Amino acid sequence: MRDRVELLRDMVLVRQFEERCARLYQEAKIRGFVHLYVGEEAVAAAVMGVLQPRDRAVATYRDHGHALLKGVSPEAVMAEMYGRVDGCSGGRGGSMHLFDVAHGLYGGHGIVGGGLPIAVGLALADKLQARDRVTVCFFGEGAVAEGEFHECLNLAALWSLPVVFCCENNLYAMGTALERSEADTDLSVRAATYGLAAWSVDGMDVDAVTHTAQRAVEMARGGAPCFVECRTYRFRAHSMYDPELYRDRAEVERWRERDPIDLHRTRLEASGDLEPGAFDAMRAGVDAAIDRAVAFAESSGLEPLDQLTRHVYAAGPEAGR
Amino acid sequence: MSRVTCRDAMGRAIRRALLEDDRVFLMGEDVGRYGGCFGVSKGLYDEFGPERIRDTPLSESAFVGAGIGAAIAGMRPIVEIMTCNFSLLALDQILNNAATLRHMSGGQIGVPLVIRMTTGGGRQLAAQHSHSLEGWYAHIPGLTVLTPATVEDFAGMLGPALADPDPVLIFEHGGLYNVDAELPDEDPAVDINKAAVRRAGQDISLLTYGGSLPKCMAAADELAASGIEAEVIDLRVLRPLDDEAIVTTVSRTHRAVVVDEGWRSGGIGAEISARIMEQAFWELDAPVARVATAEVPLPYPKHLEDAALPSVPAIVGAAKELLGRG
Ligand SMILES: Cc1ncc(C[n+]2csc(CCOP(=O)(O)OP(=O)(O)O)c2C)c(N)n1
Repeated sequence: MRDRVELLRDMVLVRQFEERCARLYQEAKIRGFVHLYVGEEAVAAAVMGVLQPRDRAVATYRDHGHALLKGVSPEAVMAEMYGRVDGCSGGRGGSMHLFDVAHGLYGGHGIVGGGLPIAVGLALADKLQARDRVTVCFFGEGAVAEGEFHECLNLAALWSLPVVFCCENNLYAMGTALERSEADTDLSVRAATYGLAAWSVDGMDVDAVTHTAQRAVEMARGGAPCFVECRTYRFRAHSMYDPELYRDRAEVERWRERDPIDLHRTRLEASGDLEPGAFDAMRAGVDAAIDRAVAFAESSGLEPLDQLTRHVYAAGPEAGR
Repeated sequence: MSRVTCRDAMGRAIRRALLEDDRVFLMGEDVGRYGGCFGVSKGLYDEFGPERIRDTPLSESAFVGAGIGAAIAGMRPIVEIMTCNFSLLALDQILNNAATLRHMSGGQIGVPLVIRMTTGGGRQLAAQHSHSLEGWYAHIPGLTVLTPATVEDFAGMLGPALADPDPVLIFEHGGLYNVDAELPDEDPAVDINKAAVRRAGQDISLLTYGGSLPKCMAAADELAASGIEAEVIDLRVLRPLDDEAIVTTVSRTHRAVVVDEGWRSGGIGAEISARIMEQAFWELDAPVARVATAEVPLPYPKHLEDAALPSVPAIVGAAKELLGRG
């Protein structure tokens, strides 16, 4: 269990890492689709904070924060962003497909809703093997419209699986606002109809998410799957470029006033848990770690071309021809 | 006459269809307020409103299936699936319903539906966002599969597709949207049954479609510099294939390279090669060659993705080898 100052540092790490990624994207060091988590950091920080190292996580394409906070090193994540051999997925996946099984991270999934069935299967295996492990599956509220969401909640409840469904409700699926895609926008009420415990929580408040995540993970450990809706907001575009015509600037500004990092920092400073000036030192330390990650990625090699058809079959490139 | 991109040509075609026929409506994820994830339908929401430019939730199976139902009941829906990668969530509706209902119902039901989607790789989007599935869909009887590669075809294929009494799938290669050309103000009348000769030549035929057409044109330029005149055939329609055009070109050049962005095994190139063997075997001076995508999910790094996809050097190399000049 991470303490509250560690949680602040976790959020700052994700924020600074992604701001750096945005700059590296402008410099064309990073390519493809890159989806930033800026504004949503409290969710991954709190949920990963209550997990054991042996527990598992399944994320979406918006996965940098989940990887970093599940214990994957900034070096391995940054090298993956660069498509280099030392990346956590060997460079093959890039931003959207961060994997690190040693740290319990099972992707990085690009198809909306595609991670949920995998999470159900991981939890099923753990139950069958009587392993004390919980799987947390993260997804956006857009995924609630896909059939897989409904099929998976039912399966998990029917089979009493150790899984937590963590819905990161940032109100928009690309340009589609929640109320324009769901007839009933109360997601936890709907999840509960599948027969699992369900809560909605303020996703900008890392303490609130921690409190609920703790209960959910504990229950899941006992074989009662749960659903947690975290109400949050992405401060930036859906992917790197997006004209953002679907929401007005005033709305974004209102949400920025509830920046999860500022909220938590203010609270810790008021309670005396964080010394004045400690925050700047914390951020400087994080920035130094990110500098090291960038240097590592820059120095990591490209996979040789003759390895192109590697990792298609376990038996090697000649299999399946 | 004005300069138009493939993106705007398709947008213009959708607009014309909406103006001409009130049974037509456009439906898909972010087609309305957002203007389409590739900007194809920009402006249409403001002009036609939310009933006819219908944003959908992320529910590919449901809205494709709803398009089928609406088509059966007399509407002329244009369903946009953001990319062919996500069409897999609707594959059951496309294959088990759209393609079969006429037959299963003994001819009582038709599905005059158009489904548009982006296809192809080349933008470092990695393994789940780079598929080329048009060859897969061309396997299915009951469907028509169109692959526009020119501004004129982006502008002109939608009209005849909507007039078709059966389901038509249009695969728009993501790398073509920014390609532009002069286009007359009136709709070009294009025939969606025929392939087109994009460059005439007598030494070898390059048979291709969609996003690989520009690569074949560039390869033909390079071959010309070595004194080889390649004929470039834009197949345009992958189902039904224009056998006559394929046989005609092979009968002229006696050598053929099929270029496509799908994986080689079981791909559309294999089908075309088999048809050449069945229908023009005695015209051939060399075995048919294929340039296709390497048998690997597309990797993120640029150097690996470039190596996996068909390339101009690979096409030139395959052509020269067939001519014994490799
Ligand atoms: C099945 C599928 N349909 C469409 C897309 C394209 N797409 C990628 S992200 C996205 C929005 C998803 O929104 P949400 O689930 O709320 O997650 P967020 O991006 O807001 O974190 C869409 C439509 C996709 N990747 N997969």
